[in-house]
Order: sequence, then structure tokens, then C-alpha cells
Amino acid sequence: MNDMFHNARQTGKPFKLSRRGFIGASLGALVLGVNLPARRALAQAAETIAPGSRVSAFLEIRPDSTVLFRSAFNEGGQGVFTALAQIVGEELDVDPANFSVENAPPGPDYLLVGGGRFTGGSMSVRMSYDAMRRLGASARMMLLQAAAAQLDVPVDELSTEPGRVVHAASGRGLPYGDLADAAAGLPVPEDAALRDSADFRWIGKPVQRLDAQDKSTGKTQYTIDLSLEGMLHAAVQHSPRLGGEPDELQNESEVGAMPGVHSIHRLPGAVAVVASSWWRARMAVEALQVTWSEPAQGTAHAMPAEFSTEAHLAQLKGTTGDGIDFEAEGDAAAALAGAAHVVEASYDAPYLAHGQLEPPSALARWNDDGTLELWVPNQAPEMFQADAARVAGLAPEQVIIHSPMLGGFFGRHFLYQSANPFPQAILLAKAVGRPVKLIWSREEEFLRDTLRPISVARFRAGLDDDGLPVALHAVTAGEGPAGRWFGREPDKVDSSAVEGVAGKLYAIPNRRVGHVHVDDPAIIGFWRSVGHSMNDFFYETFFDEMADAGQQDPYELRHRLLADSPRHRNLLEAVADLSGGWKRGPFEAGDGSRRARGVAMASPFGSEVATIAEVSIRQGQVVVHDIWVAIDPGSIVNPAIIEAQVNSAVALGLSSALFEEVVYVDGMPQARNYDGYPILTPEMMPRVHVRIVESGAPMGGIGEPGVPGVPPAVANAVSTLTGRRVRSLPLSKLDLEEGGEA
Amino acid sequence: MDLTINGTTHQIDIEPDTPLLWVLRDELGMTGTKYGCGVAQCGACTVLVDGMATRSCVTPVDSVAGAEITTIEAVEDDPVGRKVVQAWVAHQVPQCGYCQSGQVMAATALLKETPQPDDDDIAGAMVNLCRCGTYNAIAAAVRDAAQA
Repeated sequence: MNDMFHNARQTGKPFKLSRRGFIGASLGALVLGVNLPARRALAQAAETIAPGSRVSAFLEIRPDSTVLFRSAFNEGGQGVFTALAQIVGEELDVDPANFSVENAPPGPDYLLVGGGRFTGGSMSVRMSYDAMRRLGASARMMLLQAAAAQLDVPVDELSTEPGRVVHAASGRGLPYGDLADAAAGLPVPEDAALRDSADFRWIGKPVQRLDAQDKSTGKTQYTIDLSLEGMLHAAVQHSPRLGGEPDELQNESEVGAMPGVHSIHRLPGAVAVVASSWWRARMAVEALQVTWSEPAQGTAHAMPAEFSTEAHLAQLKGTTGDGIDFEAEGDAAAALAGAAHVVEASYDAPYLAHGQLEPPSALARWNDDGTLELWVPNQAPEMFQADAARVAGLAPEQVIIHSPMLGGFFGRHFLYQSANPFPQAILLAKAVGRPVKLIWSREEEFLRDTLRPISVARFRAGLDDDGLPVALHAVTAGEGPAGRWFGREPDKVDSSAVEGVAGKLYAIPNRRVGHVHVDDPAIIGFWRSVGHSMNDFFYETFFDEMADAGQQDPYELRHRLLADSPRHRNLLEAVADLSGGWKRGPFEAGDGSRRARGVAMASPFGSEVATIAEVSIRQGQVVVHDIWVAIDPGSIVNPAIIEAQVNSAVALGLSSALFEEVVYVDGMPQARNYDGYPILTPEMMPRVHVRIVESGAPMGGIGEPGVPGVPPAVANAVSTLTGRRVRSLPLSKLDLEEGGEA
Repeated sequence: MDLTINGTTHQIDIEPDTPLLWVLRDELGMTGTKYGCGVAQCGACTVLVDGMATRSCVTPVDSVAGAEITTIEAVEDDPVGRKVVQAWVAHQVPQCGYCQSGQVMAATALLKETPQPDDDDIAGAMVNLCRCGTYNAIAAAVRDAAQA
């Protein structure tokens, strides 16, 4: 993910401020800063704007003193809107409950991730925390200055209480809403003092989510729910294999006569029907009998007709050599040669689908003034704007992007060529001269979703006479999504292909991690926790093999190898304590079942995580009873949201460990809906116990870090229970007999 | 045909096999009920038909003509539904929120039928999918709503 971070800087540069960047949704509100003359505003936009500094780009204080905050980051369940309201509200002195938050339009003010902008990499809060505190403090100072003028008192006689400026000496006070207009005309101060963290009222507290009520009553609107005057509905049928084009439509006239059908369209790699309702559009487009051409020579990422996951996995397993160095310490080769005992194993993990519950959609309208307006689920408005402009043949500033709430995140909503419906919606809206809302059916989504890559890892560990590891050599084979989407240098390793095998903290004196690049024929993408989602499974499960070969307890060996890393050793002890003390098992539980526990650690996205899982086997199926997670993000904003995110990460990590697997045969995915690609159900959800440790280290991420420890903790417990190694996911491939005896 | 939704009768002229979900969403503009899978796997489209939790994505609209249909838009008009929503907020259940209309309707149906459910009742009724994994919070909210 670091590669992505660096490259986003370049991608983020060329964007200009759009008109909407100023006007936004400010109807009827007194807008802090919006009364800049348009010409001056544009001149200002052309100058360099320090992202996160211009109060008016982010805040509107309404007449009733509530606040509209424009977030640089989109909300898809991870709680970032609430967290940002806490951070800004703390310094502005407004209760977060009085915030409403929406995703900001494209613009230079919002390029808070290394000079670019995207919601991902568990970066939103940690990358913007300081800037958003300063922003809130600056706005508060402007309100104080406006109040000083209005009350005709020195500013240092004034203070604030939530939503008001107060003059204690005279007992007078002014609500923020009465001051917003005057404050708007003031320059943004550069040196507003920040609140002492000891006095925080909202940061660090379990503040209620801002979106819970609307999401519990169906009021939240996702892209799929939006409609416009005169809008038509569209559905598509894609080429079964990427790269194929619609050749002949055998029954076009019959389909054209179906109820509600407006028109039939050929699109790149797809056919579409535009109709009066989505169901009619879908029925019609699925009735179309289409002959698909073979991809033209040289078509980028054309899916080979003979492609299968089985053959591709065999190819990955068949790779040889040590690949390109990514991480090295000591001399692993020499230490292995001199080791008393060598342990070797090869691991693999499958492709995964995102499976977010909201199917992709896009709503497009060409406006009379030649601009294009798009409502599109996305994690990166500027990137989508630039790409939409390319598709539409417009300049980026002629494309107005709206970024509604996301019905599931998980990495699905990056700009992925071939995996986003908005280019189709743009073309269809142009063709019919009316607004068009396009929804991909769940089946089309399973056909065109980007996949968590398939990967293989080969390990060799050298042990000394005491059974302690002296060398670890690891090679992963496959392709990382960061390199795919943000550019890969052929002589360098894409960190997203090795993170989680690399970056481990155990004190093994001789280590080497390498990578063998193999082009992935599938369209791969980012999936919650990215490379960590499989690489920590590889490493932490092999760790237990290594421990067993040296006759070491896997918890004790981890503990021993973290002797010089107090932060991590403390976290390991915390999760053991949370689980009532480490016990590996097998043991008999109160209900008579035979159980075991597994432990794993991970260092994803700036946070540290230790995980323990307790499992049994029932009727040949792995049952996970409890998961204990200790997480150290350094410092925190909202413990309740962290606990919810860890629950969510456990569910996703467990689902992937138990049974998720995208299988291709003849270039086509075998599952086209949840019946063929099961995801975790309520009855499979374990109890989840969370302990947050604030070590004071630099702030880390929250959305993803809970995922990577779950598959290895579960796999290690299953190995203890069954006496069999788990070297391949998902666990559903294992043939487990009753009682767990192998 | 006539459809009674949240106590209001609507005159609908549409192909009779159209799923109720798409009548709600595209004909009536009631988008609180969600499309997730279209094959009754996920439950995001759950509504009440004569009090029973029903997956509207596979329910032909003509099969519910004359029935009492309740959607998430009216859930708080029902005392049980109101308790469920309060419990959902108190437990901070939603994350992305996309499945939660269906979850709230499923819980409402359960508690109307079985006001004091045991854990097996809850497990039997609360079977909708949630990719954010809010399942523990859902179960806790249902238990609390039953106590309220």
C-alpha cells in the first residue's frame, strides 16, 4: 500500500477547483467564506492551496449553529464521518452530534493523502488528524474574532462553549450561527492554539455514530437509490470474458418490443438496455442473445478462454528461484546451510470477491451547459472525475462528481478500468439525451468485480540445536494490486505483494523476503487489508510449523522473539490476558466439545494487532467460538467505532478463512451470486472480544488491521486440533472428520 | 392491481410477475428497501407481508395484491418497529448500513410473532447477510428490543 500512497501524489496533482467546490450544498445557510467574489475565489484556487487549511472549503456554520462538514474521505461504514466530526468539533467547540457530514467534491483543498486523495489504506483519520484539528481551531478563532468585533470587547476576554462564543465578564454570548457571516470575511489564522488533549470531550470517547438513525430507518440514500427528473434505467450484459465485444444481436427486435424498453445499445465489452424501470431493463438485456467476438489482438487484460484458477495456481506453485529482494537482514542462505534443522513449506490463498451488499451503480446526467454530472460510488473523486472526463471528452472541471454514501467498502470502489459502471452510464445518458441510472445486477458484479489476488508463498526456516529459528527465507509469487493500478517498476517488488510476509517483527537474525512476479490474467484489486489479507496467513501459520519443528510453544516462541520489541510483546500479553491466559489445547470445553486455540500477530497499516481464536470441529466443519483481538493503533479517536471495526474485520477475515474462493474455469467465474460464493452468515459469527491498547506510537489505521490475524489464528487452532497443517485456504477444502481427529 | 403499502392503497399497472422490490423502488420511489442479490440469498429486500418477513426480490407483485405490505419507511409507525429502531441506534448496529433495512424488518417480524425470543428464535429469524459483520450487534439489539 505504500506504493499506492506515493503514486497517489502524482495522480492527485492536476486537478483544479470546481465551481461546486465553493457552492456545494449551501442553500439557505450562511456559509463561512462563501461570500468571496467568484473571480477572487478562482484566482485563489489557481494559487497553491495547502490542503486542509482553507476553512470555507470544509465548514458551513448554519443559522441554527449546526455544522455542515465536507469530508475529504468517504463513508462506507468505517465511521470516518463521525470520527472527523469528533476531531473538528473538539477544536471548533461544537458537539459532534450537531454535525452533518458529506463527501467533499473534487478540489485541491481535499488532497490530504500525500498530496492526493483517496479513502483507503486505513489512512483517513491518521493522515488528516492534525490538519483537521488545526482547521477546527482556526474556524473557532475566526468566530471569536467576529464576536470580539460585534461585542466590542478584546478577543482575549472571550471564550467558547459548545456552539457559542461567551463573554464571561458581561454575561453576554453569541451563538455561532449569528457569527458565521461576519467570521466568513476574516482571514484564516495560522496560529490558532489547539486544545490540550487532557481536556478532550469527544476525541477518544465512544461518541455515537452520526449515521445510525438514518441507516436504521432506510433513509440513507446510496447511489443506487437516487433518481432525477426524466431519468431512465439501464441494465447491462457483459461479455462473459473480458475483451470480447458484442457482435451479433440475434433477437434485437423482439427485445426492443418488450415492456418498457426504450432502446438497446452496444457498449465497449457489453450490451445495454435502457428502459422505464430497472427490472424491465434487466429482463430485456438478459433476454438479448448476443454473439461475442474474440478479443482483438493486443487487447489489454483480455481474459484468455482457457484461463482457470487451478492452472494459474499450478503456475504460481511451479515458479522457482528467490525472486527480487524486498527485505534482507543477516545472511539467510548461509544460516540455512548451517542450521541444525530446516523446515520447508509452501502456502497458497485464493482469489476473493468483495461481495459488498450494494451492487455497483452510476447515475449520469448531461446538463444543458455542456457539463456532465455524475453520482458514483467511489473512494477517489478526483481520479473518477479525470477518468469520467476522458470518457466524456470533457475537461475535468466540466465533470461534476457526487460521491454518495457507500453500501460497503472493502476496496471495491477504486478506479478500476472494466470494473466501474460509470463509463457505461455516461455513454448511455449521452445516447438517449436523458439522465440514466445504471445498476449492475449481482450476477454482472460477480463477473466484473476486481479480485483479491491469488498468491503462493514458499518458506524455509533454519533452527538451531535448541529449536530456535536462526534463519527465515520467504518468497511470494503472484502480482500485487498496487503495482497493477499505480504502476510497477520491473526491477522492484510491489510492497502489496509481500506486506505481511515482510515487515514482521520477530527477532530472527537472518531473514530474507523476495518476490517472483507473475502477471495475473484476472483483474485484481484492493481487498480489505490488501496483501496482509493473505500474507499474514502464510507467515503466521508457517511460524507455528517452525515452532512445532523446534518443539516450542507457538505463543512462547513469539513472546521470546519479541523480547526486544516491548510494544509488540505487551500486545501479545494483552491478547493472552484478554482470553484468560494462553492455552493452546486441545482441551475439552464446558459443552463437551474438543477445542484448541491459535495465535497470530500482524503489523498492518501502522497499527499492531494480536489475535487468538478458539475453534472446534462439528460435523466436519470448523466452528469458531471466540476471537480475542488486542489492537494498538498508537492513539485513538473513537473506541466504540474501533470495536465495531474489529468485529467487522473479524467477520471478513473469518469468512475468507472458512470458505471464500473465486474459481475460474474457461475464463469465467463459476459463482455469479451469493449462492455460489457464500459469505459469513450470522450463525457462524464468533463472539469477538476487543482490547484497545494506546501505546502512544504514531497513530495507525483502524478499518483494515483487524483482518489479517484472523485466518492464521483460526488455521493454527485447526492444526492443533486436527494434527494437520493448513497450508491452503479456504478451510472448507479440508476433509475434517467428526471430533477433529485427522 | 391494488397494492396496500404502509396503509395506503396504490393502483399499479405493471407486468404481474414484476418483483415487489422493483415496484417499491422504481414505481413508487420507496428506496429504503434494498436490492442486494435478487435471488433471496441476502435479505436486504426484506419487507413484511401480512406481518411475515418476506424477500421482496423474489415475490411477484401480483401474489401480494390485497395483502398488507409494510416497508422500512413505515417501521417507526409500529410500536414494535419503533422499539427495534431504538435498539438498533442504541447498539450502534449499522456500519455501511446497506443491509440494515432488511435486518430491522426481519427483527420487527420476529418480535411481532415472538415477543420474547430465545437465542434459537433469534438465530432462526435473523438470517440476513451483512458483509460488515454486524451480526453480534444485531443479536444484542434484538435481545434488548425484546426487553424494552
